[in-house]
Amino acid sequence: MIPDGYWAYWWRYFDGIIAPSIGATLRMLSVSMLFSFIGGFILAYFLILYGPQGLRPDRSKYRVLDFMVSSIRSFPIIILIVAISPITRMVVGTTIGERAAILPLTVAATPFMARIIENSLRGVDRQLIEAARSFGASDFQIIMKVMVKESVPMIVAGTTLATITYLAATTVAGAVGAGGLGAVALNYGYQSFNNTVLYTSVMILFIMVLIIQRVGDWLYKKIL
Amino acid sequence: MITARNLTKSFGDTHVLRGLDVHIERGGIYGLAGRSGAGKSTLLRCINGLERYDSGSLIVDGIDVKTLSGKAMMAFRKNIGMVFQHFSLLERLNVYDNVALPLRCWKYKSAFIDRKVRDLLEIVGIPEKIRQRPRELSGGQKQRVAIARALTMDPHILLCDEATSALDPKTSKAIIDLLKQINGQMEITIVFVTHQMSVIRGLCKEIAIIENGKVAVSGTVEDVFRQQPGALKNLIGEGDAGPGGEGMKTITLLLPREIAGPLIARMAVQLGCDLTIQGGDPLLSGEDPEGLTISFPEKDRLGVEGYLAGHNVAWKDADTQNTRSSDRVDAYGKAYETQVPGIRPDLL
Repeated sequence: MIPDGYWAYWWRYFDGIIAPSIGATLRMLSVSMLFSFIGGFILAYFLILYGPQGLRPDRSKYRVLDFMVSSIRSFPIIILIVAISPITRMVVGTTIGERAAILPLTVAATPFMARIIENSLRGVDRQLIEAARSFGASDFQIIMKVMVKESVPMIVAGTTLATITYLAATTVAGAVGAGGLGAVALNYGYQSFNNTVLYTSVMILFIMVLIIQRVGDWLYKKIL
Repeated sequence: MITARNLTKSFGDTHVLRGLDVHIERGGIYGLAGRSGAGKSTLLRCINGLERYDSGSLIVDGIDVKTLSGKAMMAFRKNIGMVFQHFSLLERLNVYDNVALPLRCWKYKSAFIDRKVRDLLEIVGIPEKIRQRPRELSGGQKQRVAIARALTMDPHILLCDEATSALDPKTSKAIIDLLKQINGQMEITIVFVTHQMSVIRGLCKEIAIIENGKVAVSGTVEDVFRQQPGALKNLIGEGDAGPGGEGMKTITLLLPREIAGPLIARMAVQLGCDLTIQGGDPLLSGEDPEGLTISFPEKDRLGVEGYLAGHNVAWKDADTQNTRSSDRVDAYGKAYETQVPGIRPDLL
């Protein structure tokens, strides 16, 4: 079935092109997820604080935040990357490569993470919040010591979901100049009519998704 | 200690409190009874500032609650513990950490926290559960943890919002005994909101029945139950029972006769009331599906119905033809304490 010398041929592509791009994809993904988690957490804090059912409801502040989150979320990732490329050039110095992709990926993932964390925190029983109030906890303590504490498993599950979603986004970013597995699959695989590269990249992405999901599930069970 | 004058509160167009007046003395156990939606829980939440009231005044411990906000409100709440219907524990923390949470929020030293938590768990009677998670505990045990947590700040007042409503009668009784013990030992004023008359009778010295956002009747439990004002009857579910009070009441027990006989005998002895067997002969077991009809003075009605409810006996009101079954257990007196041997629940 497999012709002689195929594995040597495969190894040449794998070692030279695919393997380095795995590292690039992982770096893009982990750095943008880290920043977007931090940003999303801060946004979620204020969404929960000022929300209509929140601890200190403030309609106008909530509207501004809510509008920001929703409008950024409405951009498809590929359009967002192109649209904010002037900003990317200002901040990073270039619009090409994995470092340039981290900024738009973070910008896109932050509101997504914000919604995930906001929804997790909203799931906390209102009477539990009242109980915390009743013993004199501050709003900050209620969010950090009660709501976050109770919803950690939900936040872990949501972060797993977001990580897989944005693994896909890094490959899409490959179409407009980002490096990584997506760029390799498109440029060296699809556009060069090289099925070996294309399907090897796809297999690796598939394995990555499995690993992320497994790790997420394991963490969820461990901390529940 | 707690004085509300002409208190009003509305949520949008819904007027929950409509000029409510109540005075709660220091050191007692005060019951706030009423149907759901009557405003009793809202009143309770106004007392510790969880809810803001619209007008009137509410003085707690010499402080008008309305004047408080921010840090002052947090410090004020420190002196008021609160216990909820569904326990409101953090599922992801163990018993120790749940009880320690208020102390940690107030940044106490860990040695002090440790001593305090262990003392409190001893008082509420579950020191052995210290490392358990709430989901490993029964409802009664969870409520004990919640009570321990409410007591961490040595409050002057303990507010209980339907604290026994999610528990079975036996567990409720144990929690009531615990609250009584805490009231006696620590001189904490307890305000207990409930729709369960059995709890009011077993726990409270004074009571206010709230109807439509106002206090319909208030006074000592004995007085209120002796007078049986309309508000009490409404609450227990008698509807418009009419005045009367001197007449006789006739009901039919939906029980096989051989069981109904001994039950009636015991009930008569225990309640000390004149029961007359109107129909059927309890000594003859028969096929009669109508059960056994008895009558008694109207004044013993609550006692009889409470006794029957406590023994899971269904009955039919001869006047209204309404059938009452054991699901009304909550609304009645202390009848749970005694069980009549020989009554098998599967017969009902």
